[in-house]
Amino acid sequence: MTLEELRALREQKKKELSKRDVSDKQMQIVIGMGTCGIAAGAKDTLNTFLSELDKAEISDAVVTQTGCMGLCYVEPTAEVRVPGMPNVIYGNVTPEVVKNIINEHLLNGKMVNEHVYDRPAADIIDNGGE
Amino acid sequence: MHTTVCEFLLDIIQNSLEADSSVIIVEVNQVGRNFEVTVGDDGCGMDEQQLKSAQDPFYSQAGKHDHRKAGLGIPFLMQTAELTGGECSVKSEKGKGTSVKFVLPLDHVDTPPIGDLPGTFLASLSYPGDYEMVIRRHIETEDRKDSYQLVRSQLKEALGEIETSGALAMLRDYLISQEETAETQMNDGDNYEKEARHGKNDPRRTEGITRTEEERIK
Repeated sequence: MTLEELRALREQKKKELSKRDVSDKQMQIVIGMGTCGIAAGAKDTLNTFLSELDKAEISDAVVTQTGCMGLCYVEPTAEVRVPGMPNVIYGNVTPEVVKNIINEHLLNGKMVNEHVYDRPAADIIDNGGE
Repeated sequence: MHTTVCEFLLDIIQNSLEADSSVIIVEVNQVGRNFEVTVGDDGCGMDEQQLKSAQDPFYSQAGKHDHRKAGLGIPFLMQTAELTGGECSVKSEKGKGTSVKFVLPLDHVDTPPIGDLPGTFLASLSYPGDYEMVIRRHIETEDRKDSYQLVRSQLKEALGEIETSGALAMLRDYLISQEETAETQMNDGDNYEKEARHGKNDPRRTEGITRTEEERIK
């Protein structure tokens, strides 16, 4: 692929996106990519988020990285911010868990309780953020 | 311990990003049996004491990760270079920048596999911040001779932005295509530098990546 082909692909995707009703409130996913995260497989986590978001036809989620979040013992970690839901840091985010997060949290508004390691308060976790 | 060479590479690139660099030059060369990497930046740099401490696994630069008492990236790399009969050197000057170079023999039993280079480049190029990154990849083996260059500002211009999942997915496909196909783009890179000196590229930078800046980083 050349840079010109990349530009053309982007224009094509923009046209497809403009035809869909897209909310202006963005989802955000922040992946921990410190030394601990890298060693635990955070790159695979990032790649799986991109693949699964593509399959779910979510193209406007902001996906960024940060350094160590202090949860080295449960890397890879990912903070998920979805409008209308509490911000959540998930731990042990393997590629399989990524699929659960997208299906449950992003698409169905339910937290993946067994992987929540920080935020929110316990009572919100118990009722799944609903 | 990292399980692929790419993990070491990403760790070192992140050090450059966290050092508030405005320009980072990455060279990833596979020449014969050796895998050679150089990461140079114009970040905050280190004085002699800090450079010595960076090699201590129980030292982490103040302000970087205040809740941690370990900094394992460079010590891991140096240990692997020593175990495999490779090389590793870190040069730095306070206020000017840092250059890390390592060479690992790919046929040594203790050298980890190379890993996912396109994924590593994706993670590097999409790290948030206002900086320029140039990645030069060169492969010269018995069966293959390829080169390509990635320039962050060019990719951002082509995609509009590199932070949404849609843009990152396209960037990932582009990076995979560069590594897989035998396209020689070094000539395009040379033209980019010539155009950059005449202000034809990223409007944020009047000169782009000039040879002078490269020399400054090295």
